[in-house]
Amino acid sequence: MRYVARKGALFLITLWGAITLNFLLPRLMPGSPVDAALARLASSGVPITNAERQAVEIQLGSPHASLLSQYGDYLSGIVHLNFGSSYSFPTETVAQTIGKAAPWTLGLVGVTTIVAFIIGTLLGVYAGWRRGKPADTTVTLGATFLAAFPPFWLGLLLLYVLAFKLSLFPIKGGYNPGETPNLSPSFLADAVYHSILPAVTLAITTLSGWVFGMRNNMINTLGEDYVTFAEANGLRTRTIALLYAARNAILPNVTAFGLSLGAVVGGSVLVEGVFSYPGLGNLLYIAVSNHDFPLMQALFLVITVTMLVAIFVVDLLYVRLDPRVRQA
Amino acid sequence: MSIVTSVPPPTVPGAAVQIPPGRASSVPGPFRFIGRSLRTLWANGKARIGLVILGLDILVALLAPLIAPHSPTATTFPPYLGPNATNWFGTTGNGQDVFSQMIYGARISLLVGIIAGAVATFVAVTIGLIAGYRPGVVDEVLSFVTNLALVIPGLPLMFILAAYLKSRSVWTIVLVVAFTSWATGARVIRSQASTLRTREFVTSAQFSGERLFRVVFREILPNMTSLVAGSFFAAATAAVMAEASLEFLGLGDPNTVSWGTILYYAQQQNALLTGQWVMIFAPGLAIALLALSFTLVNFGVDALSNPRLREKS
Repeated sequence: MRYVARKGALFLITLWGAITLNFLLPRLMPGSPVDAALARLASSGVPITNAERQAVEIQLGSPHASLLSQYGDYLSGIVHLNFGSSYSFPTETVAQTIGKAAPWTLGLVGVTTIVAFIIGTLLGVYAGWRRGKPADTTVTLGATFLAAFPPFWLGLLLLYVLAFKLSLFPIKGGYNPGETPNLSPSFLADAVYHSILPAVTLAITTLSGWVFGMRNNMINTLGEDYVTFAEANGLRTRTIALLYAARNAILPNVTAFGLSLGAVVGGSVLVEGVFSYPGLGNLLYIAVSNHDFPLMQALFLVITVTMLVAIFVVDLLYVRLDPRVRQA
Repeated sequence: MSIVTSVPPPTVPGAAVQIPPGRASSVPGPFRFIGRSLRTLWANGKARIGLVILGLDILVALLAPLIAPHSPTATTFPPYLGPNATNWFGTTGNGQDVFSQMIYGARISLLVGIIAGAVATFVAVTIGLIAGYRPGVVDEVLSFVTNLALVIPGLPLMFILAAYLKSRSVWTIVLVVAFTSWATGARVIRSQASTLRTREFVTSAQFSGERLFRVVFREILPNMTSLVAGSFFAAATAAVMAEASLEFLGLGDPNTVSWGTILYYAQQQNALLTGQWVMIFAPGLAIALLALSFTLVNFGVDALSNPRLREKS
């Protein structure tokens, strides 16, 4: 219980830290992001009402109000999901834009991370068990090589060969252009079909972290006395590898799961951009290339908070996995 | 074991005090140490491949003017050429030779990787050592900052910082990358420092009246050389990748010739659709090989500190 309370407190403090960092970033930057944003907004045809100006100032900093009162306005803006408008999507609020894109990224990144975790961990168990043998060298060198690919570059290559040259997969987007997103089986099948290339790209480039984490933990665990004891007892090698060594070696990998989501979301920014996938990453890609500060700021907040929540959930699940933290 | 011998014996405090910290007095020591580390690295098969690739990259970067057949910036050729006898990798939309750009691009990628890696490692070592050596409030605050930096998604933060900073230069990228990739190293170094803090040789140095600075940097730091080297190569890998990503996104300096900007211009002119796939393939592969070499060297560094990971050969 003390573990949960401590993790909960840490989660809240970190959340506060992240929200505050998001508040300070544009205010510490040289130049005036507010003026730049308002000028862009005006040129994109959005009428600049007082409310509009205020919404932008709450996000990016106001020359008139004190920092403390700005901070209060900023916090209340977050609570009411009021992030102002962006000039990349002038007809909707930032909250609406993000709301539409979020399910796509959650699905893509969520499924990809879980698949990469399972495959990578299994490969790591195998490599660790066969340490020093050719199988180990093949797995580790292969994973190292794949991890060195810049994700967006791998995406471009897959796009070129599999979608453009061989026409096996769609060139861009998350669904057929004619349709509106719904939950019918045919639409979902189409969405999955569109997500295969970006998902494969992300999975390939994130696989190696799991392989190495698991391999190194396995090697350390295999040096423990109880593994030698199990071997001396004549247990089958597969039993020792999976039920004795891997069960303990997987624990650090599980704690790394939440953290890795951040890396995947980061990698997905450019990958989604390459595939024009309608998720948060592509949105950030658009926002950054257009210097769309309000959208950028809100996206960064949403991504960070989602990550923190994911890490917290993993920490809570960890209690069920490792009895030691329950007693502590 | 080579690590342990490099620590000055604590039994001669009188002689040691006269030596200014980190100065020429220990010249043979570090050199012998570096030589021995390199030999251990070379003995590791993976690290050897890494050192060879890295060495070739450095050679290409240093000798770029001699190797490159043309000027990387002169717009003397017809634009949008495919690979041919004069322009091995084709030409850009401005009529520049892509192969020569690739050669010169090695300079920027290496520069950013090494400098950003070094700055990030410097921050990591400083924060990690102080936090590990000063338990209590100092440790709590620094650990909180480290954990915060660790959980905040690095690449998005990098993009946003680069979008705000108006000056577009390689140094902006170095700063942005260094600012966002020090946390992992700091955490590892902190936990190592906090276990070393209670060892006898540190206590004896404290009791012999050594100053804080000297205890931390001359007694504790030499025992984590492999951790420091490890976080340098990890940060350098991240820096190479991040630089390519930032430039691909158009957040770099469009006037520098680097692998990232070649990719950026290739994407801008839809190189894949016009059949100029070499313009995408070559710089990406070069980035991948450089990142790969850093990671491979790091395998050897891991083996330096953890004998269980050492290859039996």
